[in-house]
Order: sequence, then structure tokens, then C-alpha cells
Amino acid sequence: MLDKIKEFASEFFVTGDPLILGAQVSIGLSLVAIIFVLTFFKKWRWLWTEWLTSVDHKKIGIMYIIASILMLFRGGVDALLMRVQLAAPEVEFLQPEHYNQIFTTHGVIMILFMAMPLMFGLFNIVVPLQIGARDVAFPFLNSLSFWMFFFGAMLFNVSFIIGGSPDAGWLAYPPLSELSGSPGLGQDFYIWGIQISGIGSLATGINFVVTILKMRAPGMKLMQMPMFVWSVLSSCITIMFAFPILTVTLFLLFIDRYLGAHFFTLDGGGNPMMYINLIWMWGHPEVYIVILPAFGIFSEIVSAFSKKKLFGYKSMVFALMSISFFSFFTWAHHFFTMGSGANVNAFFALTTMLIAIPTGVKIFNWLFTMYRGRITFTTPMMWTIAFIPCFVVGGMTGVLLSVAPADFQFHNSYFLIAHFHQVLIGGVVFGYFAGLYYWWPKMFGFRLHEGLGKWAFWFWNIGFYVCFMPQYALGLMGMTRRFNAYDFDMGWQPLNVVSTVGAFLMGIAFIFQVWQIAHSIRFFKKEKDGDAWDGRTLEWSIPSPAPLYNFARLPQVTSQDEWWEEKQRIANGQPAKPLAPLEPIHMPKNSGIPFIMSLCWFTAGFGFVWDWLWMAIPGLIGVAICMLARSFSYDTDYYIPVDEIERTEAALRGTK
Amino acid sequence: MMRPFLRVLTPVFIMLMAVLLSGCGEQFIVLDPKGPIGESQKDLIYFSTILCAVIIVPVLILTAVIVWRYRDKPGSKASYKPNWEHSTKLEITWWSIPIVAILILAIVTVKYTYALEPSKPIESAKAPITIQVTSLDWKWLFKYPEEDIATINYIKIPEDVPIKFQLTSDTAMNSFWVPQLGGQIYSMSGMAMTLFLQADEQGSYYGSGANFTGKDFAKMTFKVDATSEEDYKAWVDEVKATSPALTMEGFEKLTEPSTSDVQLFSSFPEGLFQKVVMQYVNGGGGAHQHHGSSEAEATGTTDTEAAPADTTESHDHNASNTDSNTHAGH
Repeated sequence: MLDKIKEFASEFFVTGDPLILGAQVSIGLSLVAIIFVLTFFKKWRWLWTEWLTSVDHKKIGIMYIIASILMLFRGGVDALLMRVQLAAPEVEFLQPEHYNQIFTTHGVIMILFMAMPLMFGLFNIVVPLQIGARDVAFPFLNSLSFWMFFFGAMLFNVSFIIGGSPDAGWLAYPPLSELSGSPGLGQDFYIWGIQISGIGSLATGINFVVTILKMRAPGMKLMQMPMFVWSVLSSCITIMFAFPILTVTLFLLFIDRYLGAHFFTLDGGGNPMMYINLIWMWGHPEVYIVILPAFGIFSEIVSAFSKKKLFGYKSMVFALMSISFFSFFTWAHHFFTMGSGANVNAFFALTTMLIAIPTGVKIFNWLFTMYRGRITFTTPMMWTIAFIPCFVVGGMTGVLLSVAPADFQFHNSYFLIAHFHQVLIGGVVFGYFAGLYYWWPKMFGFRLHEGLGKWAFWFWNIGFYVCFMPQYALGLMGMTRRFNAYDFDMGWQPLNVVSTVGAFLMGIAFIFQVWQIAHSIRFFKKEKDGDAWDGRTLEWSIPSPAPLYNFARLPQVTSQDEWWEEKQRIANGQPAKPLAPLEPIHMPKNSGIPFIMSLCWFTAGFGFVWDWLWMAIPGLIGVAICMLARSFSYDTDYYIPVDEIERTEAALRGTK
Repeated sequence: MMRPFLRVLTPVFIMLMAVLLSGCGEQFIVLDPKGPIGESQKDLIYFSTILCAVIIVPVLILTAVIVWRYRDKPGSKASYKPNWEHSTKLEITWWSIPIVAILILAIVTVKYTYALEPSKPIESAKAPITIQVTSLDWKWLFKYPEEDIATINYIKIPEDVPIKFQLTSDTAMNSFWVPQLGGQIYSMSGMAMTLFLQADEQGSYYGSGANFTGKDFAKMTFKVDATSEEDYKAWVDEVKATSPALTMEGFEKLTEPSTSDVQLFSSFPEGLFQKVVMQYVNGGGGAHQHHGSSEAEATGTTDTEAAPADTTESHDHNASNTDSNTHAGH
């Protein structure tokens, strides 16, 4: 009996690596600590009623952001491990198998479980406030989206200590990702983790498209929406068309692995090249999905801190929407070297270059928003200003890569690695950091310490250039990606060492950010009013943090930058808009179903990974029961009475 | 605040430009080609870099100037127009700048895409030598069908003679890359790709498998030695005289996952390359059976996908051109 358990445990847990053993122990200890703290302070009920069952978009947004920062930590540690290995390959710090797992999980986590949730977090917090709505269109679905993402991410992450991590690259090309190439469980964790969170992403995309189209405050025309809302709309439309492709592709891969089908195996008539096409038909739009909202954030910040209207609003909208459209016609530039012939390569080279045009226009519009403005250098603005040169250079190397015949020399080399990190860090990460710093007072009602934020900023920026500029050079020196070791004769080592130093500088920057948050909580200073930055859009017209119902009275919108115009009117001595009488506010009720249903998905996914039908089938039944339970529950909403609104408003605004 | 910022960024950009534009260091092998294909690709890299730089360098300078001039400081004399948000003239200007640049780049790119199509033979008075390339787990098998010799992880070629590489894979997709001769191309199982390269100078060039294929893929590097034609002939004769033959059993052994040092063979089984390419076609005479799940029923489905696909055909020239024009018009 004991032997059997031992044998099971040695298969169940990942064993034999001191690094992982350390992680297992620390994860176990932190779990115990969390449970102890929650029990000791009697916080279980609070956790359940205030957070786990909440359908409030602001709380869901905060949970997304917390999860994504944890994932940033894990993805970042992966990156540092890789950099250590590459700085001194002769030491064999990591075994090849281990290295392959680490670059696979680094890619998946950073794109799908860091960038995506950070983006969704900002969508959730900002969009309803900017369009003057009280919640998203489908609050229950919103909660479900979050928990699907969360449990999907956990399922993927658990493979680190249980069962074994995937190691076929972040896009899992077959045949490496098929049973023949990856007989282990890692690839199944990959499929199920991404599938479950992918359903959540698709639902969020639909939710925000509907929210933006249907829930805008009275009077707000589409062409008066804040630019961030436009960017969310373009991103979510892209999600709606791109994510179903991912779901289908991974489902086919699952059937190949689980039922022995041959969609992507050559024996039996399948074709692995079909997978590569399909996954990039999702994968390329995916990078635009994450960058478009960053463009929106920069537009908001550049205008707010230049004290000037956004330049070229119509051009910006047109640029956003055309990028979203063209992103679906460029996928094959990820494999010019597949030999599809000159016609195909020429077509995809041209479509790729086309995207550079609207992107370039946006840069000019940001520059001319600052032109004749009054620029103040707060942390959000510093990230925005740092973004421009970084993204311009990253965009330029992207154009170089799009020149198909030249790409034959860049492909799969560190030149490519440097390029996409420059646009993803310089664009997406800088953008989301800028947004996080900008809207932080709105989320929590206090500011982050500016001094520490500037330290973090400089470490991030200097670290970034020290890390990735040498990688362009390494690419031109012939170093290809995913090498875990190389010949000393190639002369790659000095630049790799430099690059590793840069990576650690970014690691230090992250520590500064954690310190900054901790410091700001420790020396908590409540915001006096909701308008932390003398802002322009509606979210700054209400208290920070926003009350449950956001707007006591729905704002009447007459112009772009409504809140700014209102402040101007008052400053010019014009009368403020007359206040309409308060009315009871219709709100959605909290629900535990999203959490439970996602937990059931997790159970089903875990069961399929291990091929334990006794676990998978009850999981799926649980999902079905949750759906039925929701379908037959009619008590899903309530009204906040007027006197309660009056009390809340008086307390928040410190009047009466 | 901006001063340290610019002070850090300026040298970084200068460094980057220097790296991209000069590339004179011997280690920058992509920018130090020794063959006509690599040479053209290098020209294209320089051309596109300079074209992009012509635009982005002024943009970077403009950014620095604007940020500096319009910073908020007491008594700033710079103009402040908080409601200035539109100028048709300016916006037309900066829609045109990238459009013109991309148009120029697009024309050049399309021209080179056809000129450098990998399966297009290199013009030369000399007849090309064929080398059949097969990527295995985790080694490269090179076969010289005309000389009837084979090597593992080593290529020797004569200078100034076009080499016709035919590529396939017996396992996951890899990518055959010899930077100093020219760009890479995927080696894919079930297909035969064609890549023409040529060395204009004698020398020893680095080659690698550029696409991830699992555990020891980093060990799939190899050397390409370009020598005089006499030396090449002498080497072939020496291999034929002194090396063992590659048998079918020997090949089966090579397909097992492992790394390998350089090996030389005086002969190889006839039609081996075709067998590897056609192994998934029913009745195509599988070279060996080790793929996929063992219960894979080799019955039923007729497979046309796996037939060797040559990539030279360009029958739908016009169709594709119209397509791209339509899109450019948007």
C-alpha cells in the first residue's frame, strides 16, 4: 500500500530537481500561511461575499490585476533563469529539458496569463467609468470570465509542480506537441489551461463590445468616446474573431492526443503545417489585441499630462480600427521560410508593411498632442514618453522583419527575439504600467509614491536597453532562439552576459515596484477628491474609489472630454448643469455560480489531463448543473434605494 | 527630469545604429556574406534599414525637441493652445510620410521576393551540385547523390558552384541556416524543399538548425567548408576510399534520438531521400516505421498532402498581385 502511494506520488509530483523542490516547499508553505491568516482574522466570509462572488467590475478588475502581477513574477523568474543559463552555458545551470520547459512557460505566461489579464483588469476598471455606466453589460458573465481565466491559469501553472511542464514552445508546434513528441502530461496541461482561460477571454471580448455599444451615458456619441474606449472596442472585436480560432485549433490538437486523431500528424493524412497556419491566424491578431489598448492608454495620458486635447481624434480612431482589421491578414509573416512561394510571401510582406502606416500616424498624433501643450512629468507620463522612442525603434525592426527575403536571415534569430520583446515590453508592458499608475488613485483612493516609481522607471528602462539591444547584435551574429547552449568560438558570450545584466536590472525594477506599492499602503494618504490628475474624462468626476453604483446620476454627455469641459464651464463662471433628482439604482446581485462553475471546469480539465474520467465527468456534470442553476435563478438583481445613495454620496464627497 | 533620460537614450540609439549599419565586425556573420544570395539579402537589409532610419531618426529628434520645449516650467515662453486638436494639412502630411516610405519598401520587397525565391536556380556557367538534407533528431544527414557519399553534421562544397539543397525532415520541422551563404528554409517532413546557395570564397562557415525540435536541438550545428574544386574532388575521393558505407540499418540507427559528431559515409542506400519524403504516402515505401502512436492504422485514407511539394510553381501570379493591390488601396 505504502509503495503504491509512493509510486503514485513520484508520478504525480515533479521530482528530482532541487529548484522545483524548493518551489514546491515554498508554495506549500505560502498556502498554509494564507489559510492561517484567513482563519485567524476570520476573513473567510469576507473573502467569499466581497470578492469571490462579486460581480462588481471594479473588484473583478482588481482581482485580474493581482493575478497578472503574480504571473509577471513567475514569468520574470523564468526569464532570469534563462538568462543565467545563456550567460554561462558551460556551467549547465539548467538541463536542456528544463530549459525547454522554462522558455515555453515564460512565453505562455507572459502573453496569456500576464498581458491578457492585466489588460482585462484595466478594461474592467476603466471602461464603465469612462462611458458613464454602472457596470458592464453582462456582470455575471464578467465574473465568470475572470474565474475561467483564473482557474485556467492555475491549471497551467500547477504543471510546474504536478505532472510536469510543457516543453514544446509557447505555440506548441506539432509533431513536438503531439503524443509522439510530448508523451508527458505537460502538453495536456497546456491545452486545458489555455482552453479554459480562452473561453473567459472570448466572453470578455463580447461583453465589452456590447458594453461599449449599448451602455454609454446619455448623449455620448461614438465619436465622443475617450480614445481608450475606442482602443478597447477595436481590441475586443479582434478577440471575437481571433479566439475562436485558438479554441478550435487546440481542440483539434486535444483530439489528436486524446483520441488518436490525425489532424496534425502526417501519418493518417493530417498536416502539421495546418496547425502552424491556424495558430498564427490567432497568434498574430493576439499581439494586436494586447497592444491596441496600450495605444488607448497612451492617448489618454498624453492628453491629460499635456493639458491639451488629443490631436487628430478621427485619424486615431481610423488607425485603431484599420490595425484591428489588417491584423487578420498578416499571419504568414511568421513563417516566410516555409517556402509557400513568392506570391504568398509578397502578399503577406505587403499586408504586414501596411500596418506600419496607421501605427506611424499614431506616433505623430501623440507628438502633436504634446506640441503646444504643457507637459508634466508624472510617472504615467514618463512611461508614455519612454514608450515613444522604444516603440519607434521596435516598429522599425518589425518593418525590417517584414521584408520577406531579408527575413530569411532574421527568422528565428535573436534579432526576432529582440524585436518582439521591444514592442511587447516597450509597447504593451510600458503601456499597462502607465495605465496602472494613472488609474491607481481611481482604483484604490490613494496615490503611489512617485519617487520610488521613478526609481522603478529608470531601472526598467535602462535594464530594457541593456538586455535587448545586444540581442539584435546576437541575431546578426547568427545566434538562434531557444538555444540552451552554444559554442564559445562563436563569440556570443560577452553580449549574452550584458543581456543577462540587463534582465537583472529589470528584476530590480520589479522589486522597486513592489516596494513602491507596499510603501504607499504603509503611508496611506486618502485622496481628497476623485480628480487625482486634473483629468479630462468622466471617471475623474466621481469619488475615488468609485462607489458601488459608480454614478449617482448618469452624466449627460455633450462633448469629448466631458469632465474637462464641465470644469472649464464652471471656471468661466457658467452655471453647472442642474442636478436631476436621484432615482433608485438597478444593480446586479452577487453570485457564487461563476466561481463554482470555473472550479468545475478546473476539475474537468485536471481529470482530462490525467485521463481520469472519474474526475473529468463529474467536473463536466458540475458545469452543466451550474448552467442550469443560473438559467433558473430569477432573483438576480435589486435596487439601491435613494436614501442609501444619498448617505453614500454625502459620506464620499464629505458634504453635509 | 528629461536631461538624464535623453542622456541615457542617445548613446543607446547611436550604438544601435552603429551595430545595424556598420556590422563590420567579423562576428556579424549575417552582415558578412560569402555568397550571392547572402550578398543580396545583406543589401536588402542595409537598404531597408537606411530607408527606415531616414524616417525614424527625425522622429526621435522631434520627440526629444517637443518634450523638452513644451515641458511645464514656470514662465515658459512656449506657446500653449489647449484646444488645438486638428490640422488637415499636418495630418495629410503624416499619413503621406509612412505611405511613401512603405510604398518604396514594398516595391523593392516584391522585386527581391521573386528574385530571391529560394527554389530559383542561381545563374552560373557551372552545373549545380545537389545535396540532399535531412534533419533528424538531433543531427543533420547530408547526401551527395551525384557523388554517392553522405555525411553527418558536415558539408564540403566547391567555391563558385551553385549548390542545390533539397531538404526534408524525418521528424519535427527544423530550419537549415548557413548565415554567410544565405537565408534559411524549413526542413519539413513529408515534403521536399529546394534552396539554392553558393559560396564565392573559400572558407569555413557556421550552420545551424534554426527551428526548435526538442531536447538537444542546440547540438545541431554544423560546418560548411568551401574549398577549391580540386580539393573538393580530392575530399570526395578520400571519403569514398576510406569511409564506411551507410546501410539501411545504419540509417535506422541515425533516426533514433541522439546527438552525433561528424561522420562520413562512402555510400548510402539508393533513393533514401525519396523514401523519407514519401514515408507517409500509402504504398510509398516507408523508410521505417517509428512515427506517431504505434497503433496508427496505416489503412484507409489516401494522402495527397504528403506528396513532395516543389515550391517553384507561380501559376497564380496575377491573382495574388491583384489581391495585394486591393488591400493597398484601403
